[in-house]
Amino acid sequence: MMCIVLSMSLGQTFLGLLESGPRHGYDLKRTYDDRFGNARPLHYGQVYATLSRLLKDGLVELDGVEPGEGPERKRYAITSAGVTDVGRWLGTPEKPEPYLQNTLYTKIVLAVLTGRPAADLLDVQRAEHLRLMRELTRRKAEGDLAEQLICDHALFHLEADLRWLELTSARLDDLAARVRS
Amino acid sequence: MTGSPLLVAADLHKSYGPTPALEGASLAVWAGEVVAIMGPSGSGKSTLLHCLAGIVVPDSGQVRYDGRELSGMPDAARSALRRTRFGFVFQFGQLVPELTCVENVALPLRLERVPRREAERRAAQWLDRLEVGDVAGKRPGEVSGGQGQRVAVARALVTTPQVVFADEPTGALDSLNGERVMRLLTAAARETGAAVVLVTHEPRVAGYSDREVVVRDGRTRDLERTW
Amino acid sequence: MVSEVLLGARFAVAGGRDGWTRTLFTAVGVGVGVALLLLAASVPGALQSREQRGQARAGFHAGDVLPAGPGTVLIASVVTTFRDQEVYGNLVRAEGPDAPVPPGLVALPRAGEAVVSPALRDLLDSPEGPLFAPRLGGARVTGVIGDEGLLGPGELAFYLGSDTLGSGRAVRLDRFGEPQPAHEPFGPMLTLLIVIIFVVLLLPITVFIGAAVRFGGERRDRRLAALRLIGADRRMTRRIATGETAVAALLGLAAGGLLFLAGRALVPLVTLWDISLYAGDVRPWPPLVVAIALAVPALAVVVNLAALRGVAVEPLGVTRRGVPPRRRIWWRLLLPATGLALLAPMAGGGGVAAAPAEYQAAAGTVLVLVGAVALLPWLIDLLVRRLGAGPVGWQLAVRRLQLDSATSARLVGGIAVAVAGTIGLQMLFAAVENRSRTAGDDVTRAQAIVRTFGRTDLPESLARLRGTPGVAGAVGTYEIAAALPRGGPDRLQLLVGDCAELAAFADLGRCADGDTFLVRSAESGSVTASQLRPGGRVALGDDGRPWTVPTGARRVPARAQGPVAPRDAILATPGALDPGTLPERETATFVRFVPGDPDALERVRSTVLAADPLAQVAALTPVRESNRFASIRRGLYLGIVVTLLLIASSMLVGVLEQLRERRRLLAMLVALGTPRRSLGLSVLWQTVLPVLVGLVLAVGFGLGLGVVLLRIAVVRVTISWAAVGWSAGLGAAAVLLTTALSLPALWRLTRPDGLRTE
Ligand SMILES: Nc1ncnc2c1ncn2[C@@H]1O[C@H](COP(=O)(O)OP(=O)(O)OP(=O)(O)O)[C@@H](O)[C@H]1O
Ligand SMILES: [Mg+2]
Repeated sequence: MMCIVLSMSLGQTFLGLLESGPRHGYDLKRTYDDRFGNARPLHYGQVYATLSRLLKDGLVELDGVEPGEGPERKRYAITSAGVTDVGRWLGTPEKPEPYLQNTLYTKIVLAVLTGRPAADLLDVQRAEHLRLMRELTRRKAEGDLAEQLICDHALFHLEADLRWLELTSARLDDLAARVRS
Repeated sequence: MTGSPLLVAADLHKSYGPTPALEGASLAVWAGEVVAIMGPSGSGKSTLLHCLAGIVVPDSGQVRYDGRELSGMPDAARSALRRTRFGFVFQFGQLVPELTCVENVALPLRLERVPRREAERRAAQWLDRLEVGDVAGKRPGEVSGGQGQRVAVARALVTTPQVVFADEPTGALDSLNGERVMRLLTAAARETGAAVVLVTHEPRVAGYSDREVVVRDGRTRDLERTW
Repeated sequence: MVSEVLLGARFAVAGGRDGWTRTLFTAVGVGVGVALLLLAASVPGALQSREQRGQARAGFHAGDVLPAGPGTVLIASVVTTFRDQEVYGNLVRAEGPDAPVPPGLVALPRAGEAVVSPALRDLLDSPEGPLFAPRLGGARVTGVIGDEGLLGPGELAFYLGSDTLGSGRAVRLDRFGEPQPAHEPFGPMLTLLIVIIFVVLLLPITVFIGAAVRFGGERRDRRLAALRLIGADRRMTRRIATGETAVAALLGLAAGGLLFLAGRALVPLVTLWDISLYAGDVRPWPPLVVAIALAVPALAVVVNLAALRGVAVEPLGVTRRGVPPRRRIWWRLLLPATGLALLAPMAGGGGVAAAPAEYQAAAGTVLVLVGAVALLPWLIDLLVRRLGAGPVGWQLAVRRLQLDSATSARLVGGIAVAVAGTIGLQMLFAAVENRSRTAGDDVTRAQAIVRTFGRTDLPESLARLRGTPGVAGAVGTYEIAAALPRGGPDRLQLLVGDCAELAAFADLGRCADGDTFLVRSAESGSVTASQLRPGGRVALGDDGRPWTVPTGARRVPARAQGPVAPRDAILATPGALDPGTLPERETATFVRFVPGDPDALERVRSTVLAADPLAQVAALTPVRESNRFASIRRGLYLGIVVTLLLIASSMLVGVLEQLRERRRLLAMLVALGTPRRSLGLSVLWQTVLPVLVGLVLAVGFGLGLGVVLLRIAVVRVTISWAAVGWSAGLGAAAVLLTTALSLPALWRLTRPDGLRTE
């Protein structure tokens, strides 16, 4: 949930970080974790798998290998093809994700169909959403600007869900009539 | 939530003519907590808030503040309570347009016979705290909605009240300014130990609360308690 | 407690341009009212100062006849009039070096000298001067009478020196001044009228002050609601409101004082009711000043608190106004009923003779008029409640009035009082004028009568008069009263003159010097005349000197077309009765003018006075409308117009204020496509509806009051529809003016871009 940068764009993120100058793989992981990782640091395996993929595609090149053992001794630099790729990635809009068939909707329809109190279900969900929002609000108050932006992103999404919950509870009767007919 | 609550409303009923606004609302507020009252439009949130604050007398049910029954009090006593123990932040229309911001904030103190100088000194401190120290000398008509609302928060807090009642305090603001008002309001309330009763229909604003109460059709559902 | 009042005071003076304008409006409104009240309060004092100066200069001596001495003066009145203005003229002759000097003079004028008032000096210097100058007998003007010797700055007065004035025609004085106060200048009926006029004019002013106090009231109420929210209780809000109103009222008092002082400086320029006043005379009576200074702020505060009672200033009053309390009718009816009860017993006459009756009448009038004001809101409510929907403009106006009719009711109340009072008074005036008009002179025979006393040579005087430009003819005789020695109280006149003169009075037939005629008019039922026969004896003059009617006296019929209406008389030629032997030689000359010469009368006056300063010229007028009534009526109309203008101005302020408060709404309505015409109509309806009710009520109450006043004055009750029309028309004009003046503001406020200017 908290992982804002999806794994599919991890490569582009690394490329973006490399644009400011060559780095060691270890450096990259540290910077990434600081900026975007939140509570979930990257595994080394993930890092090196991604880097080797980029190397293979010609988007990065080895800038030099320092003496010693281990992959962490390698320094990577971005190629011009890599810079182009980052630009293209940033310029491409993300596909909006309409959760047309989410679990919650399924649950509600099932509750209505089986004659269970759908309103209670909604209220429980609502309370849970709000609990999370409260937690995020608190974190936001304590965190720095990056933290605040991330939390707000999540908060706005949660708010949207919550509004949907409210709307649905106001329309439960309509829904029940539709579903049962 | 230990000890006895500061403000308790039990089974409130209130109708405006034939229109029922409250039909059995109950609520307890403990010292220092922030309670969000949410619910659909027209469900009776504002009416509940007004009953809690002693502005409106319910038809039946009781509101007890600090062990005292509000509906039995004469108007003067309830006014005194509003002056000394409660603070108010509404959506708009609460600042006196004739007075400067600092005078507006000093107003509750002056009603309490605090000398003007002293009242305005304290008012200026509160304006600084709410990051609107620079508009102190302006009139409400000359400041932005967000600034005005923060001035109103300063006025609500200047008497260090026990409870701050806020009805859609961010209703007329964009999200950035709304958040700013809420952040400053809750921070200041926590610092002074004031409880906040917050009516809102914005979940993000409700996110600043400790607890949520939902009003539907004039009845309350205290979710945290029921579940 | 005090701090809240001070806080309210702060609201009055703080608050940016908007706040200031409101306070200013109130202050100016109250100020105008206060100035008028102060003016009214000065009237008794001003009249009193006049009277005191009049007494100080009076040449009055009671008791034994004074012997002439070094400290005495002879003084005689020169009775004359210029145009319509009476002249205070005196002939003086010092009898010694210590002769008293009248107030305003440095020294007594010697023969050939005159001291004149500034107004007379200006008249003499003007192109009209030659019409008056001969009356000073060619004397040189050597000085000007000081203010302390004059009733007012506009008074025409002179002291003419003489060295021939004898004690027979003059009063001998050793000092000037009249010890006892002069009698009341107005009769009881006039006093009653004046009291009622004051009531009619001052009540609307009071109403106006009440309305002015509420300028910006709605806005203030809303602010009070905001204060309630943060914990001001009802008493605190009342105190805050009190403080605020009191400041505005006090500013108004100050403004009123200044306006009054400024207005006072203009007083000497005005001559009203034939009275001019010095600025210094217009001094309000101190107790009244104190009363005004206390009553105006008190009235302001009371009005405001009463208005506050109508709106429930609750913490949420910002958005949810309390429903106005239902208006109760009983006390509203009680007021006019009590007023009528006070007036009713006076109807039928005789009631106004005693002083308390004036107060009773005034109190009754006040109650009736106040009753109209009290009934008005109730009636407006009644009407407005029943009105339904209509076109947009109409609907906006009606809804607005349903929500708050009190504001307009207050203003219209002023109009209603003014109109009702005017109608009542006009009816009374119309009736009283009709009655006094019947006592006019018959000007078809002669237009002026010249009377001389003393050693006048009649033929010479007649020749002078006939030679005066503008004189078409003159008939003059010596005139002496005659009575039967043991007869009844009736007297008849003995006229002595040439045959030519006598022929004007009767068909003499033959006439030669030495003849005597007895004239008996057909209508006369005089016993004296019927008992008088040739050879009979009559007593002449005041001392009853006996005279025998010559036996040759013939009875002749009176001439129908003579200089006077036919009357009983003895006509004698100088041969029958030598006028030189008469103790008092009074002459009466009837003068006819060339039609259309307005200056002829003035020339006659000059001619006569130049020859004999103590002669009198009386102009005959067809209608002897009481001069005072005419001027009082003019004063009343002037007052009503001023009052209505005041009220119209305050209505205008009210309308503008409402427009400003609702500018957003207005702009929105326009943006929605509401035609501005509809909005204009809504403003019009909003003022017209209450005024319509007010005028109907005013006409009703005015007619009622008029009828009662007529009954009191014992005059036949006739309704003067002209007065009704005029008064109601003036009221209606005030409304149209208000609406017309508010339209530009409406146009400005309803530009669609008004939406943004919030
Ligand atoms: N002064 C009043 N006169 C008449 N009816 C009223 C009044 N105040 C509230 N009501 C009615 O009482 C009910 C509850 O109103 P209330 O203002 O408490 O709702 P709310 O929950 O605050 O709504 P919102 O979210 O729109 O502010 C509504 O049906 C409203 O119409
Ligand atoms: Mg509400």
